[in-house]
Amino acid sequence: MLRYIVTRTGSLCLSLLVASVVIFALIEVVPGDPVAFMLGLNAQPDTVAALREELGLNASVLERYFSWVFGLLQGDLGTSYTYRSPVSEIVAERLVISLPLAAYALALTILIAFPAGILPAAYRGRAADVAVMGGTQLGVAIPNFWFAMIMVMIFAINLRWFSAGGFPGWEAGFFPAMKALTLPAIALALPQASILARVMRSALLDTLGSDYIRTARAKGLTKGQALRRHALRNALIPVLTILGLQFSFLLAGAIIIENVFFLPGLGRLIFQAISQRDLIVVESVVMLLVFAVIFVNFIVDLAYAWVDPRLRVQT
Amino acid sequence: MMRPVTFATGMSIALATAFSAQARDATVGMQLEPPHLDPTSAAAGAIDQVLYSNVFEGLTRFSSDGSVVPGLAESWEVSDDGVIYTFTLREGVTFHDGTSFDASDVVFTLDRARGPDSTNAQKGLFANIAGVQAVNDRTVVITLNEPQGAFLFNLAWGDAVIVAPESIEDIKSNPIGTGAFRFADWKQGDSITLVRNDDYWGTPAALDGATFKFISAPTAAFAAMMAEDVDAFYGYPAPENLAQFDADPRFTVLAGNTEGETILAMNNKLPPFDNKLVRQAVSHAIDRSAIIDGAMFGYGTPIGSHFAPHNPAYVDLTGNSAYDPEKAKALLAEAGFPDGFSTTLKLPPPSYARRGGEIIAAQLRAVGIEAEISNLEWAQWLEQAFKGYDYGMTIVSHTEPMDIGIYARPGYYFQYDNLDFQKLMAEFEVENDPDMRTEMLQKAQTIISEDYVNAYLFQLAQTSVVNAKLEGIWADAPTQAVDLTGVRWVD
Repeated sequence: MLRYIVTRTGSLCLSLLVASVVIFALIEVVPGDPVAFMLGLNAQPDTVAALREELGLNASVLERYFSWVFGLLQGDLGTSYTYRSPVSEIVAERLVISLPLAAYALALTILIAFPAGILPAAYRGRAADVAVMGGTQLGVAIPNFWFAMIMVMIFAINLRWFSAGGFPGWEAGFFPAMKALTLPAIALALPQASILARVMRSALLDTLGSDYIRTARAKGLTKGQALRRHALRNALIPVLTILGLQFSFLLAGAIIIENVFFLPGLGRLIFQAISQRDLIVVESVVMLLVFAVIFVNFIVDLAYAWVDPRLRVQT
Repeated sequence: MMRPVTFATGMSIALATAFSAQARDATVGMQLEPPHLDPTSAAAGAIDQVLYSNVFEGLTRFSSDGSVVPGLAESWEVSDDGVIYTFTLREGVTFHDGTSFDASDVVFTLDRARGPDSTNAQKGLFANIAGVQAVNDRTVVITLNEPQGAFLFNLAWGDAVIVAPESIEDIKSNPIGTGAFRFADWKQGDSITLVRNDDYWGTPAALDGATFKFISAPTAAFAAMMAEDVDAFYGYPAPENLAQFDADPRFTVLAGNTEGETILAMNNKLPPFDNKLVRQAVSHAIDRSAIIDGAMFGYGTPIGSHFAPHNPAYVDLTGNSAYDPEKAKALLAEAGFPDGFSTTLKLPPPSYARRGGEIIAAQLRAVGIEAEISNLEWAQWLEQAFKGYDYGMTIVSHTEPMDIGIYARPGYYFQYDNLDFQKLMAEFEVENDPDMRTEMLQKAQTIISEDYVNAYLFQLAQTSVVNAKLEGIWADAPTQAVDLTGVRWVD
């Protein structure tokens, strides 16, 4: 197990290093000067020069890369060009929305997907199977932003149960804040839950057809007992893989939903930063997300090993 | 079904009325969020929209009709030669942090704006200042290099508001001004909250406070307005919904003027646009009313030069470039392009450009000009079109007030270089006589219209949706400001 963890950690570090070079290089070649954007059409050349100096944009590319990476290693994400405040503070403010939103959506995803995946596998070909498969097909096909808008029309504009969007802040209390995240979380969770439910079903069906299940049944276990004790655990590997990918997606990919509900989350921060050419924010936040994705995969890798002891010795 | 709905509506109206007697806050939606809160060091219009006249004030200020009125200066005298301005400041004005406002703050502000380290986006406004002196606490003398007719106008800009040395350090996150509202809170990405300044020197604001909420997506703006999460949406981004709001008794739609001349700019030094006949052909090939109807849902006033129709010095020159595709074809043939030509049309993000661009490309195709559209972000546009002159045509709304002077800058992105025009603008700068100034402005409008520098499309409209009970939001936008000092609830 230890060797397994060490090799995984090594590949984690290597991935991060490669990612930092790629991100920095990509952003360097994007056309557009942050200073020109900030000062607009009437700016005078000496003003532009003064601001470039103030922001430290006159240093060479290598100098800026190394100062960025060394900053990152010390936990310093730099200072935003536009907001002029530390990127770490800005990100922290956004994370208190994005992280709970992703967790909330993930919880809903699991809550919906597990029963919705197990049920049709247990009753394959019966009415429940057909209904769930039809429903999840629809869930995958419906664009989540459209579903979000429909929910806003029904629950915010007509029924007035929820606000159309926005976030009151955690200082307004746990329940008002969670309430503000509810519609976005449902909108995010629905397609994810549909995908996960389908994966769950097919993985279960695979394992249910294997020899050890027949053996278990022959031992006298009922179908339900065999499913719970043997099939479920073995079906979890593909489910965990998808779940890991989904969490990263929910954290970084909520941008459209954040726009529909005007939530000040991480996705919107990146979107704004790109259009304002706030390069340091883009670089640091993307790096942070890469770290999150790689780290989640790392955790998933460890979880595989926990679920399937054979993996511990193979690598 | 009918009954419970009516009952619920009745209840909510009763509740709303009961509440509005006490709750005197207003929530105003806006599309763009300020990058930071210092109006004197960035071009972003959103900064001024939130802070101008609400939190920060200048020596002079714009009123709702665009005229310049006294602000922190209660009066002024101009010397006979027009180069010495003596301002008398208001008494009893304090900044929101309790420090007093006096002549030294004016000196500090103007010296900072025009100094070598200045990052003021409109530094040009202060270029003519030779010196600023505090004579005593309430008297400031500003000496100019040469007379400048627009000096008081320039001082009214958001980039010229008075800031204090005591609070300049943190101005980007904690703006301290002299206005009727003080800054309270900024939830980045979400909202900015202002509260009434009870120590205000002038008429106190009627609202207890105001929240600006930043909602960028048009559909979200619609939902927020419909759900009454916001009381007003300033610069409502989806003109296609305005008719629906207009028909709803809960809301009022405001449609006013802005200072935004929307133009199809042509690269005057790039062939074939260096040929006036070609530019004239393009101008005649364009049907403005189709663009206003198609891209702006009918909101916008046609223009024939780079000048705002609501300005007293405006001349209607739309006739110079009346829609006439046959004439456009004839002009193209005369210019040596009987079969037309191909060029680029680079479009920045706003919908006037993206939607208008599609229509214009189709209209140009009808006379034989193939305009290849590329959609750019602002930062790319600034780099390629504005700085790099790498474009054939582009669509931009020039939102600065009274900016016809950009045609006197040969290095400006459309690269118009006309010595007569430059001379006229230089004379205009130093002219103080109002009648002469009007005459010069009219001449200037005519020159660029007859030179077909750009194709002039329309004056951008300012459309806002406001709760029917909220009064006093400016319909017109003489500058980028959401002035809340005169806004009140009426029951």
